[in-house]
Amino acid sequence: MSTIDRSSRSRANMARWFGYLVLALFAAISLGPIWIAVKTALSDSKTLFSSANSFLPQDPTLFNLQRVLGLVNPADPRLAQMSYGKIDFFRALLNSAIFTFLAAAPQIGCSALAAYAFARLRFAGRRLIFSLFLAATMIPGVVLFIPNFILIKDLGWLNTFQGMAAPYALMTPFAVFFLRQMFLSTPRELEESALIDGASYVSIFFRIVLPIHRSALATLTIIISLSAWNDFFWPFLVGRSESVRVMSVAINAFRQQQAGGTPDWSGLMACTVLGIVPIAVLLVLFGRKVVESFQYSSPK
Amino acid sequence: MSDRELTSVQPAVSPRKMPRRPFYRALFYKESTCAWIFIAPALLGFTVFYLVPCVRAVYVSLTDWNLLRPSKFVGTANYSRLWNDPNFWNSMRVTLLYVLYNIPVQTVIGLLLATLLQRFGRSVALRSLILAPYLIANVIAAILWFWMLDPLLGFCNALLHSLGIGTIAFFSDQGLALPTVAAVNIWRHMGFVALLFYTGMQGIPLNLYEAARIEGAGPWKSFWNVTLPLLRPTLVFVLVTNVIGSFQVFDTIAVTTLGGPVNSTRTIVWYIYESSFLNFRMGYASAMSCALFVALAVVTGVQMRILRSDKSDLG
Repeated sequence: MSTIDRSSRSRANMARWFGYLVLALFAAISLGPIWIAVKTALSDSKTLFSSANSFLPQDPTLFNLQRVLGLVNPADPRLAQMSYGKIDFFRALLNSAIFTFLAAAPQIGCSALAAYAFARLRFAGRRLIFSLFLAATMIPGVVLFIPNFILIKDLGWLNTFQGMAAPYALMTPFAVFFLRQMFLSTPRELEESALIDGASYVSIFFRIVLPIHRSALATLTIIISLSAWNDFFWPFLVGRSESVRVMSVAINAFRQQQAGGTPDWSGLMACTVLGIVPIAVLLVLFGRKVVESFQYSSPK
Repeated sequence: MSDRELTSVQPAVSPRKMPRRPFYRALFYKESTCAWIFIAPALLGFTVFYLVPCVRAVYVSLTDWNLLRPSKFVGTANYSRLWNDPNFWNSMRVTLLYVLYNIPVQTVIGLLLATLLQRFGRSVALRSLILAPYLIANVIAAILWFWMLDPLLGFCNALLHSLGIGTIAFFSDQGLALPTVAAVNIWRHMGFVALLFYTGMQGIPLNLYEAARIEGAGPWKSFWNVTLPLLRPTLVFVLVTNVIGSFQVFDTIAVTTLGGPVNSTRTIVWYIYESSFLNFRMGYASAMSCALFVALAVVTGVQMRILRSDKSDLG
């Protein structure tokens, strides 16, 4: 083995370094724009032109972040210097948190119940109903948005949290399908012995099935919560008023506000950074779990 | 609580003989009753927000309705109008073009990244860096790039400027706007696609690579003859879901180009949005959305057929 010629080993080494280089390049491409947003959010807005091609913030300041969160005194002279549009992003972040909770928590609960029934319990029509659920994953969102918008409007739920969360709250086909797969992948012996011991299906569900599948439930929670936090189209249709609009709808509104003149870039980037912070925190705290959740979210 | 704990410890006793149980508890022991109780909330949600709307979308597509006046049944008039609407065909063309920009680039980058991850870097930190753009909202990705590519103050244009290349107005150039929107989506999705391919590659038995090596296959050959064929289930899943997703691009366009300049980014979903929520032609918009549904079903079916999704090369 020791006589392997040097050239092939050095070629392998070069390939390795080239591989690292390309990976580093992709990591830089992934993070670059995010860093530029952070840089802009931390820069004094007067330096935007002079510092356009720099990687570091010029005259670093927290003013932009404080401004969009409403932490700056309205009488502050710095507010008068530029014609800033009024941005209340704190409200938008709060709304996003409320919407995410209302859309995700009941959805996961109800979907878990249904998934357990589909995976383990026999009842007439099980096949039919499940295949209908499955078929629903094929329907493009926009097909449903028009009739759902009309329904929410007729209920008088436009610009309310219940209107925004309702279509997600009771189930999504993805959640049911995902959990059913998970429940089916574990042996049923434990549940059967509990049944023989006289446990009811309800207690089996709560005391055996849910605890066993903690990890799958955490995975689903991550995926569903992130997609609710990032959701745009539906909240944009039914929740545009300032009191309920979520982070993404608010950012879009701020961007459209100054369609004529120059947008308030430092304010917009401050909002963007604040919208990313929860995701960054999640990645730093539970990186492995998040990555694995998305890695195994697809059916094999 | 305590009486439930007892039931799981006690030996098999017929539940109906236990007198202290509340009457409704008996229901929890009957399999089919329980099943219906369990699926009731999901079934309600499904009926109200999926099943009925789906039927209603088809019905609305047969009417003339602007939300204010009562709707009027017009039969297939919306569909024949759609057939003769150059804007509809333009938006179909734009959407198809978008898919054609998006999917091949995304898939090739995904495969490249996955191979590199597999061979050189398996750390979670690296994977989470590469996944990061996918975890960010579409709207945020769009606004980030809108800022990066701003002709006046954007980082990329400042860079181009210092390299001696003039300013490029990425989002407001008729020829560049659509590829730029596609590039933003490629940026957001490439890490996720790579991760899915990477997961698929983990499932390929190592002895197959070993065998290929003994047969004298280099890395390139073993990629084509071992990795790619065995990755097919993942490849099918990624291609099918990404094509379906790309056909429905909306968020990026809503933030950046609003369908312009000169309709060059007016994709089908953006056109449906304009017709329904800006011009209140609910019937016509529904007809277009149903047409999109049919088109997607056909595309998916063709893809499944071409990719022979029902067959596996393993085993």
